[in-house]
Amino acid sequence: MSPTQSDSIAFVRSEMLPQKPAPVSEAGAIRWLRENLFSSPLNTLLTLIGAYVVYWLVTHSLPWLSHSVWTAGSVSECRQIITDTWGADATGACWAVIRERWSQFIFGFYPWQMVWRPVLAFVLLLVAIAPVLFSALPRKMLTFSLIYPLLAIWLLWGGSAWTELVVLAGFVLGWATYVALSKGSTLIAVIAAVLVPILWWKFAAAPTTEVLQNVISLSIPKVSSSDFGGFLLAVTLGVGGIVMSLPLGIVLALGRQSDMFLVKSLSVGFIEFIRGVPLITLLFVASLLLNYFLPPGTNFDIILRVMILVTLFAAAYIAEVIRGGLAALPRGQYEAADALGLDYWKAQRLIILPQALKISIPGIVSTFIGMFKDTTLVVFVGLFDPLKGVPDFVRADFNWKGIYWEPFIFTGAIFFIFNFSMSRYSMYLERKLQRDHH
Amino acid sequence: MKKSVFLGTLAAAGLTAGLAAASTLDDVKARGELNCGVNTGLVGFAAPDANGNWSGFDVAICKAVAAAVLGDASKVKYVPTSGQTRFTALASGEVDVLARNSTWTFSRDTDLKLDFVGVNYYDGQGFMVRKDLGVSSAKELEGATICIQTGTTTELNLADFFKSNNMNYQPIAIDSNAEGEQQYLAGACDAYTTDASGLAATRAAFADPENHIILPEIISKEPLGPAVRHGDNQWGDIVRWTLNALIAAEEYGVTSANLEELSKGTTNPEINRLLGTEGDLGAMTGLDKDWAKRAIAVSGNYGEIFAATIGESTPIGLARGLNGQWTQGGLLYSPPFR
Repeated sequence: MSPTQSDSIAFVRSEMLPQKPAPVSEAGAIRWLRENLFSSPLNTLLTLIGAYVVYWLVTHSLPWLSHSVWTAGSVSECRQIITDTWGADATGACWAVIRERWSQFIFGFYPWQMVWRPVLAFVLLLVAIAPVLFSALPRKMLTFSLIYPLLAIWLLWGGSAWTELVVLAGFVLGWATYVALSKGSTLIAVIAAVLVPILWWKFAAAPTTEVLQNVISLSIPKVSSSDFGGFLLAVTLGVGGIVMSLPLGIVLALGRQSDMFLVKSLSVGFIEFIRGVPLITLLFVASLLLNYFLPPGTNFDIILRVMILVTLFAAAYIAEVIRGGLAALPRGQYEAADALGLDYWKAQRLIILPQALKISIPGIVSTFIGMFKDTTLVVFVGLFDPLKGVPDFVRADFNWKGIYWEPFIFTGAIFFIFNFSMSRYSMYLERKLQRDHH
Repeated sequence: MKKSVFLGTLAAAGLTAGLAAASTLDDVKARGELNCGVNTGLVGFAAPDANGNWSGFDVAICKAVAAAVLGDASKVKYVPTSGQTRFTALASGEVDVLARNSTWTFSRDTDLKLDFVGVNYYDGQGFMVRKDLGVSSAKELEGATICIQTGTTTELNLADFFKSNNMNYQPIAIDSNAEGEQQYLAGACDAYTTDASGLAATRAAFADPENHIILPEIISKEPLGPAVRHGDNQWGDIVRWTLNALIAAEEYGVTSANLEELSKGTTNPEINRLLGTEGDLGAMTGLDKDWAKRAIAVSGNYGEIFAATIGESTPIGLARGLNGQWTQGGLLYSPPFR
């Protein structure tokens, strides 16, 4: 720098000014409020309306919730306690009904001394689905997942464990047949692997069970389907329906895309028929019409009947959701699979379905959540669902007549936990399976 | 030859199957359990407690029949039936008796192929209003909003009543009793209508029963009774006479307290025949001598059952009214045990 230059300039700042705080209107809470709540006259108006709604809801429900009574023997006792504690005009929630009847909300009429069985079945359910949900877990756990359905049936309904073991033996027989014959024709091996277990179940299963039962008794007390109720019923139907409807839905979706006329028309016919009929109609068919068709005295378990129809119902919807996924795949994927020389099943298994299912995850999970909630409709066929069936008979006890909101809130909260977990898991899965890096 | 043997076997199998299906009594005895269709929950009539044990006015009928037939009142499987499933459950054989506060009507008895064996409760549809509405008769309900359960006979009765009285009303459709109470208390309707027994129970459960009145008009006949399937008259007789035994026991003063003493023999031949110390009435319908005694022993005679489940000493507080003995001005009248 030359000295002349420095002389001619009056002032040179040699250091940066310290940063000034932003104007009050452009910083912190005020800015956030301006941007998010009061950015325009319309938004201001909407904010005020929203605030009023929140205020109204809180002022109406908060006193009621804060005046909660947990220990009482009846509604009138609850009212008495509320009047004594908070004054004559106070209203309050009477959670004592949940405290006294929670076991019926959860298990229905399941015998209390055997209630450990559904609890154990539920814990094992978590163990069984963990490896399916999280791929980080050891793959060997999947073996347990495969035998879990039979184990759960035995735990829930009881009876001789040999029945389930003999059914399991049928699967093992089928697998052994397939392995033995697969050296030759695959088609014959597959047909034999299906036929042998069916023959086994039809002719050999019952006598074998009886003989084994006589040799070593592996029985736990039986529990009738009519004792199931509350969330035990909802979860049993929900889990059974989910587990069975996904594979069935995939098969139907592939069937609908098939070039074979018969397969395609059967799939389309099935899907359109089931989707065209309300679930309640199907439930009535399950509980009433089947009674007329079957010979008198046939004891076809009501939960099984309902579960089958709930499964068929969900499968039709899942099939359409997956068809959407299949349609979203670029044509090039199918052609690439063909170009690699893969046969139909390999192409589906290795290339098409993994991508189509990934696309369909939100739709599939929505269908599952919807189905789980729809299990409460079984109240119309005389089963005790947790939303209406159980509260209705609880209210039929004079002590709890007049209870209205508490059971709804309790049941709603539990449903929310289940469904929110499902929804969160699906988001986790979508993130995990994301392949397109932005 | 072979063919005829085969056909013969088939016919024999069909015959035994037909016979087995024909006798409900044999089925029940073979099963060792009575399948009894009950309400999914109605205050006083059928409700399970916290341990799942059913009790109530209708449930007492199930217990009495089980005691008469099987000798054990606990050998009952309660099949809860909804308003939609009750009659099919009976027709399809899922239940042996339907004791579910069902109204005996012409079409149900004939077209639906049920047999109502009697009446265990004479009900009728009534109205409840708030006292400050200032109404003292159902005829003053011109233009009122009325909460009414959809899909029931009460809905049709209501329409008939207002039409025949040339009045207008505005129905508020509700789905269940609990919802009806909620709507009525919230002021959504001026009046709530359902069976009078239900109204009494509902009013008794309010926080302020004194502010509500049940109007004097009863606008329909609702004779509630147990029903069985058409076609098995022996079984129908058993249920009918079990109910009659409970009613007759009250008429003759047989109670659970003096049952043992009276069954040793009395000077009243009617009581002796009822309790099996004279004659053998039970054998005429396929039961033993003590059937009626066992039925009465479960929860007492009709009056005792009434008092314990829905009577004036219970919170529901129903008066006997029409359901009194004919000797007391009621309608209960058991045919003679002879």
